[in-house]
Amino acid sequence: MTERREIRIEVPVLARVEGEGALSIEARDGRIERLELRIYEPPRLFEKLLEGRGYDEVPDAVARICGICPVAYQMSAVAALEQAMGIEIDDWVSRMRRVFYCGEWIQSHALHIHLLAAPDFLGYGNVVELAQAYPELVRRGLRLQALGNDLIRLFGGRSVHPVGARVGGFHRAPSPAAVAELRLRLDAACADTDALLDWALALPVPDADQDFVSVALRHPHGYPMAGGRIVSDRRLDIGAEAFEAHFHELQVPHSTALHALHHGEPYMVGPLARLNLNHDRLPAALRDRLHAAGLRLPSRNPFHSLIARAAEITFAIGEAARLLADYVEPASAGTVVAPRAGLGFGATEAPRGLLWHRYELDDMGHVRSARIVPPTSQNQARIEADLRQSLERLGLEQPDEVLRLRGEQVIRSYDPCISCATHFLRLDMRRA
Amino acid sequence: MNDDPARTDEPGRRPRMAVHKFSSCDGCQLALLNAGDALLRLAERVELVHFAEAGPVDPEAAVDIALIEGSVSTAEDRARIVRIRAHSRFLVTLGACATAGGIQALRNFTDGDEWLSSVYARPEYISSLANVSPIRDHVHVDLELWGCPVSGHQVLTAIGSLLAGAPPAVPDESLCLECKRQQAVCVMVTRGAPCLGPVTRTGCGALCPRFGRDCYGCYGPAEHPNTQALGRRFAGLGLVDEAIARRFHFINSQAPVFLEAGQRRRGNHDD
Repeated sequence: MTERREIRIEVPVLARVEGEGALSIEARDGRIERLELRIYEPPRLFEKLLEGRGYDEVPDAVARICGICPVAYQMSAVAALEQAMGIEIDDWVSRMRRVFYCGEWIQSHALHIHLLAAPDFLGYGNVVELAQAYPELVRRGLRLQALGNDLIRLFGGRSVHPVGARVGGFHRAPSPAAVAELRLRLDAACADTDALLDWALALPVPDADQDFVSVALRHPHGYPMAGGRIVSDRRLDIGAEAFEAHFHELQVPHSTALHALHHGEPYMVGPLARLNLNHDRLPAALRDRLHAAGLRLPSRNPFHSLIARAAEITFAIGEAARLLADYVEPASAGTVVAPRAGLGFGATEAPRGLLWHRYELDDMGHVRSARIVPPTSQNQARIEADLRQSLERLGLEQPDEVLRLRGEQVIRSYDPCISCATHFLRLDMRRA
Repeated sequence: MNDDPARTDEPGRRPRMAVHKFSSCDGCQLALLNAGDALLRLAERVELVHFAEAGPVDPEAAVDIALIEGSVSTAEDRARIVRIRAHSRFLVTLGACATAGGIQALRNFTDGDEWLSSVYARPEYISSLANVSPIRDHVHVDLELWGCPVSGHQVLTAIGSLLAGAPPAVPDESLCLECKRQQAVCVMVTRGAPCLGPVTRTGCGALCPRFGRDCYGCYGPAEHPNTQALGRRFAGLGLVDEAIARRFHFINSQAPVFLEAGQRRRGNHDD
């Protein structure tokens, strides 16, 4: 004879996520009957406001989609626009864009780990309380975040909505003196990343193994950031131009963000999906370190996303130092652009996961249509699937407060960037 | 603003502060989240009662200082800003969205319903006002901080002034003056770039000219901006009316001076 227990959990405002969202759950007899991650950010309709704008206005416009990952938006956009206009970028531009992107990974991951996620794992309500108990942990996070910001500043003047990137390259190359100063700081940051990795690998993680599909870029040489092919652990291997044939969006009544599905199923993008699909591309020392700590890859535990972020900070700091090691100021910071009509696709790895853009340009280089698929839209169905599994495994007989906290922790581990998730995509009306 | 902001109703109580988000990219909240030690020091001086991205959630608490990010774009937003105003002593807008509608206000130039239904299969699920508007269209605002994003230094300085009971000073001179102080080469004079610096408010540190490119007006209008003369200069550089209009109608399209300057070009007035 089982006792019927109805629970209703409402989290009207999710704390420590970027943007505004809410969670509501109804369960009965030990099963979740209804679970909704509600994203109620009002739509900002970016794809529409880009129509009619010049190609050169796009990087400044799309940066405004997200204050935390403007570099990702700019880099996916310039890749797509360059393809549309048949522009080849030189090796210097491609290496420096990777450094610029490293800055954003470091900044965003450090902010996420220390300000947003660490309080969950250590049982504090927010970073201010955490800083009183663990001042060095928080300071280390702030130092890494500042280093990431300064790396973005080197190329873009400021870390939120940087102004240095353009189609074809950069507006200006950093001076060797400024680069030398940052290289010293990148080298000195190894002590912080060592401590961060030790801390992340030792954190107690809830037992939460699940079956999910990982999707990320894969590059012939390095760990993926920009370029390469879109792959999954279910044998997907496509170019960016084929994305629309394999991923579909649908609108759900409870959220202003579209849900994306891969062949009809939820899937994961982001640091853990990247690590699962690309751990063989990490520097050997870092890979060995993760392995020695007992982390088995690919991981089926979404809470390992925090370790993936710590590993990617470590990687990005080493990568930026490597790419800047023999820095020489170039004669030109980019290619001259001759506008022409075309269609282009750009896929890069934002801190939160795959970020896909498509632009169609007219012969003056004005945008005829744009389509942007941000990582949070892609992860939204997976977050809901994870919540169902995690909470049912924890046991719905647990007190509401325990369930609510675990639910929030699950959502935060995906680091949903809700502002990004709410500029919407033209629906693919070919879907069944 | 002659009310003493640091005045407290209970002895020994720290001033209370809230950060509220409306339609935005969260970039202005990063002015605080990127402030590092300065944020931790601020958190010792004030009680942060509501700042969802950083942790505390209590949107209805009475506060001494309410910082508002983002613009109003739904009926719910409109009701919420009125409630926030009612329980806040000082209400400060952070950045272009809160102060002038932001980039999402570009939809005000079109039929918003048409945009929604071209993007959403079920536009009826989305409740959205016809226009996006800045905070001052709905409630009294004590202080407006411009910029996309706002400068962290300006935000912390303004909070410091409010806590000290002094009226915050926000610069409104044109970007050109800062550009000259920085000894940046003028991009309009030397390479004919359509720079909005002459009519844009300082505050960013003249970043774009220092990066060799034209200012695109993300800090909004400066004092006494002569947009008509600048529009004529842009036309002289070879820009067509539509391109000039787009220069003014971008990040701060609803700031009245930029709104009018762009509309004048779209109306093809001979000036």
